[in-house]
Amino acid sequence: MTDIAWIEAAITSARPQAIGALLRYFRDLDTAEEAFQEACLRAMRNWPGNGPPRNPAAWLILVGRNAGVDAARRLQRQEALPDEDKISDLDDAEEAVVERLDGADYRDDVLRLLFICCHPDLPPTQQVSLALRIVSGLSVRQIARAFLVSEAAMEQRITRAKARVAQASVPFETPGAVERAERLGSVAAMVYLIFNEGYSAVASEDSDRAQLCDEAIRLGRLLLRLFQTESEVMGLVALMLLQHSRSAARFDADGQGVLMDDQDRSLWSRPMIVEGLALIDKAMRHRRPGVYLVQAAIAALHARAARPADTDWTEIEHLYAALERLQPSPVVTLNRAVAVSKARGAEEALAMIEPLEGRLAGYFHFFGAKGAFLLQAGRARDAREAFDRAIALAGSAAEAAQIRAHLDKLMRNAAALG
Amino acid sequence: MLYAILCYDSEDVIGAWTQAQDEAVMESLGRVQEGLARQGRLGPVARLVPTTAATTIRKGAEPLVIDGPFAETKEQLLGFYVVECENLEQAIATAQDLARASGSAGAFELRPLRYFKANGVAQGAP
Repeated sequence: MTDIAWIEAAITSARPQAIGALLRYFRDLDTAEEAFQEACLRAMRNWPGNGPPRNPAAWLILVGRNAGVDAARRLQRQEALPDEDKISDLDDAEEAVVERLDGADYRDDVLRLLFICCHPDLPPTQQVSLALRIVSGLSVRQIARAFLVSEAAMEQRITRAKARVAQASVPFETPGAVERAERLGSVAAMVYLIFNEGYSAVASEDSDRAQLCDEAIRLGRLLLRLFQTESEVMGLVALMLLQHSRSAARFDADGQGVLMDDQDRSLWSRPMIVEGLALIDKAMRHRRPGVYLVQAAIAALHARAARPADTDWTEIEHLYAALERLQPSPVVTLNRAVAVSKARGAEEALAMIEPLEGRLAGYFHFFGAKGAFLLQAGRARDAREAFDRAIALAGSAAEAAQIRAHLDKLMRNAAALG
Repeated sequence: MLYAILCYDSEDVIGAWTQAQDEAVMESLGRVQEGLARQGRLGPVARLVPTTAATTIRKGAEPLVIDGPFAETKEQLLGFYVVECENLEQAIATAQDLARASGSAGAFELRPLRYFKANGVAQGAP
């Protein structure tokens, strides 16, 4: 790997900690970002010749802080900057910063930085864009491409989000235990939102958006390193890894979605599955299942099945029942019914979803699932009716194509019988 | 004489690599490994899952199970085992058997492997 690639990776990995610390110091997001930019420029000049510092984050914080203070002073009176050699000769000073940057400070700095991005006044799209810009350091261009909007529109979205955050009072005092737990919950939800933005991409817009999945997993691992005993963070990272492990198998050569039953399981990423399963094992020891952990456990049962027929649908149904208790929602019940149809038959699944029809009357997946249950129960005419309603509600060509595949099968079976 | 070569690096930095960068590094390392294997000098090779998946067991009358990697600097790495385990529970039980047998203080760090190659047979992907 080249020097430049190493430096870029080091800067990216130090970014949340460094901007978080600079934000605590300057108490202003723009100033913190500018100071960090300046520190990065100096790193690019300095590190190739002098070799990388032992602790890149501490180096960037110290240099960024000096640069920010200098900038403030320059506004007051003209004063010579310290020369580059002095700034680069940071070995002792770096050590001191590392000492002061004890675990707790670092943890709250990164959490605060992530937390201001998921301010409740910001709509989800702004939260995600802001976090990708500030915490992950993606360029406006990269983010714009991931969201399929123009660069100018994304620039405006991020500027607006920043202005809103600046108006809101950013909490700088060290949070108490309850507040920290609440912040962690909001931040976890935002990280999962970033993941889903990437995961919901269809194959054609693949690389720019799929990158968001990797980024969300990286942020999740960062959170978990800061909160090593939080079983829900373990669950969140496991859930993202297990879903992402299937990415190479989710689309065929034409970019059409492939249902899980039809996926080539040899394409599933073993390293991601191994890591996801290991995290679930760890989290289970805490015996405090939360929504991420339960969903991860469901994903794990799919990952463990070598063939679709090996899937433990009974256990999946139990887990969806647990998820229903934690987070009651008709969509969760619908998913539970899918497991019921596999474990105990279509009639029971149909009975389970009947009371949901009122609330899910506009939901594509409801009629897709209902059609599949009816087909399984041998009620072809009713199935066709449900599939027709599903196609009418399809939000994308891919969704419609998925239902048409079911309808084609119906036609073929009818022809075979006739 | 057999030597163990233990790999240390910043997990943050390696975690910021793109998949293509990661694969390029592994491919380049793989070429060195192939040379060693041809000379009959290569023993087991393993790549560990990130430390976020680690569990640490403090030895003692009541062994203490802690989430996260081994973080002390007063103690040094003295050896390691690679053991097939059904799950983390079994790995912890195995480590506790070893703890009782050793009778000394110290700790075990349990790290799942994402890649393992022993006797020229690879399991998993790098």
